Amino acid sequence: MVEHLPLDLPDDPKLAGNITHFARALRRAGLPIGPGRVIDAIRAVEAAGFSNKPDFYWTLHACFVNRPEHRRVFAQLFRLYWRDPRYLEHMMAAMLPAVRGVQEDRPAQAAEKRAAEALLDGAEGPERGEEDERPDEDTVIEVDASFTMSSSERLRSLDFEQMSLAEMAEAKRMLARITLPVKPLPSRRGMAAANGRIDAARSLRAALRRGGEMQQLAFKKPRPRYPNLVVLCDISGSMSQYSRVILHFLHAVSNAKGAGWAQVHGFTFGTRLTNITRHLATRDVDAALAAAGAEAQDWEGGTRIGASIEAFNRDWSRRVLGQGAVVLLITDGLDRDRPEELARHMQRLHLTARRLIWLNPLLRWDGFAPKAAGIRAMLPHVDSFRAGHSIASLEELAQVISRPDDVGEKARLMAAAHQP
Amino acid sequence: MTEMTSIDAVQKMLGDQGYICGRDLGTVVFLSLRLGRPLFLEGEAGVGKTEIAKALAAGLNRKLIRLQCYEGLDASSAVYEWNFPAQMVAIRAAEAAGGADTEALTADLFSDKYLIERPLLEAMRPDENGAPILLIDELDRTDAPFEAFLLEALSDFQVTIPEMGTINAPEPPIVILTSNRTREVHDALKRRCLYHWVDYPDFDREMEILQARAPEAAEKLSREVVAFVQLLRTEDLFKKPGVAETIDWAKCLLALDVINLSPEVIADTLGAILKYQDDIAKLQGSEAKRILDQAKASLEPV
Repeated sequence: MVEHLPLDLPDDPKLAGNITHFARALRRAGLPIGPGRVIDAIRAVEAAGFSNKPDFYWTLHACFVNRPEHRRVFAQLFRLYWRDPRYLEHMMAAMLPAVRGVQEDRPAQAAEKRAAEALLDGAEGPERGEEDERPDEDTVIEVDASFTMSSSERLRSLDFEQMSLAEMAEAKRMLARITLPVKPLPSRRGMAAANGRIDAARSLRAALRRGGEMQQLAFKKPRPRYPNLVVLCDISGSMSQYSRVILHFLHAVSNAKGAGWAQVHGFTFGTRLTNITRHLATRDVDAALAAAGAEAQDWEGGTRIGASIEAFNRDWSRRVLGQGAVVLLITDGLDRDRPEELARHMQRLHLTARRLIWLNPLLRWDGFAPKAAGIRAMLPHVDSFRAGHSIASLEELAQVISRPDDVGEKARLMAAAHQP
Repeated sequence: MTEMTSIDAVQKMLGDQGYICGRDLGTVVFLSLRLGRPLFLEGEAGVGKTEIAKALAAGLNRKLIRLQCYEGLDASSAVYEWNFPAQMVAIRAAEAAGGADTEALTADLFSDKYLIERPLLEAMRPDENGAPILLIDELDRTDAPFEAFLLEALSDFQVTIPEMGTINAPEPPIVILTSNRTREVHDALKRRCLYHWVDYPDFDREMEILQARAPEAAEKLSREVVAFVQLLRTEDLFKKPGVAETIDWAKCLLALDVINLSPEVIADTLGAILKYQDDIAKLQGSEAKRILDQAKASLEPV
């Protein structure tokens, strides 16, 4: 039984209280901080002194941060919390948009919003319109789909609207539910097994230990290996409602430990193909999405699916599909290029991929029919065609991704496409 | 490390072996020799990545040891293996002879006599001509576990065999790794090497290469062939022809006693330079003639 020593807290009860409150704010921002670490932090501050701000910062940093991805959240919170003693009233009065404070023109840093919300103790911020579903102006897809595409290529770098805490929690819950279980493939590397092919080397080695007596044969079987996942995500204007969510999902999948995928490669395309694999490896979702957004210059511009797939085939397919990868193509298929070109590039992609699964958010309409030429060109060249507009549809995807015989809605739509 | 004192010396030495390399590649080879760092060459198939190791070995008069990678390559086929069957025979023979000296037998069983050396171990053995050249070819075909193993081997050039102890390389071998980029090699491995992307040569250098490799080809034909291939590489092809294809094609044309290029000849021998049906289909009909006319026009002023 440990004898509890009386807590020897510093004379200034306000400081201890402040540190405690700060720790609670950090906890709400997602850092795993228990009361033990709060006590440590108070003691550490006492030991290190409270004379200058950098020392104080690094003292708390040493106690509260134990993962690189938490550094940013900590920095933001510290900046907000210890800037002004009357910060809280100030913040409550000003609400979220004013968190950006003095430099109104500066775009919000990654994790800043999370930090602010954590400080505000879950106070609701103003509603953000982009979360709402855009009302479907017309539930019929026009063949030329002109309302979704701008005639001029709108090339610009767009800062992702940062995730709020609620979204983050939802994404984490989603992540806990959705993994993409994948069937292992046999590799050329062997492993010891109770039965299988005879492992001559091991049998003889065992026999040598017994002075050349062959008592028992050793066997080996192929060691399982997991395929790579390659995700091609359309980020053009017509897909803007989904691409962010899908990228979140993608980030979750690529950071899910032990999900089975050997490697996850991510590409975004609108008018141009961008490899965002490295950014997906950034563990902080905000930072990863911000980096990917900076990289993809054509966020919400027009769509050139054919050209993008051609670029992928030319520059990347042999580099990332070499070991038999499952390809997830996430696009609505509304393309302005020539359909026969598109069909040719799709065919090549189909032939080089182990499996090609097309997720199409437009499938959420029951009356969806493949009227657009692009969709009709692409449809014959995919293994499976599924909806991809909601968590439910992603859950379905998780169930079918390792079933090689699954074709999703493809058969139904192929039949529909051939009707006069 | 070697008698190579300058980039020019390296270029000349390789040139004497019939390997024409540009200043960029010469520099990186020189640095690799000077600093004793492995050289990591990446590039399209047929640009002369493997060839450079052969030319280096011949030029420096070193032994060339080649480790051809494949999926599932493991330490027993890359480093060493015990010759189990021979060991079993030795045990049986000792039993039959009634020799009960187990100590001596064990010592003998796990000696060099029964050790099968694979390329990596072989490269660590001393050689009277100096350190051998270890070519690890098409590294991208292996899997991540082997790459991790290779990291260790390349960092300290020693192998531990449990029954024999640690074997150290007296002089580390000159290591050249090549990759066709069918997957990305891990950063940690690249960091230990000097990296060079081997690109397609320009017209003049490709002419030099062709003259070095197919000297019997007439000047005029060589120029046409190189001009045609150079233009072909600017076309939107799935697999652009490499230098190896240029040399092959020139040899094909020589075998057919062709004196100058014509659309018919190109159509008949296209299989020597283009290896994809899509690409060949692209060049059917007038397309080949168009490129040929363009190629001939570019040669006019000479």
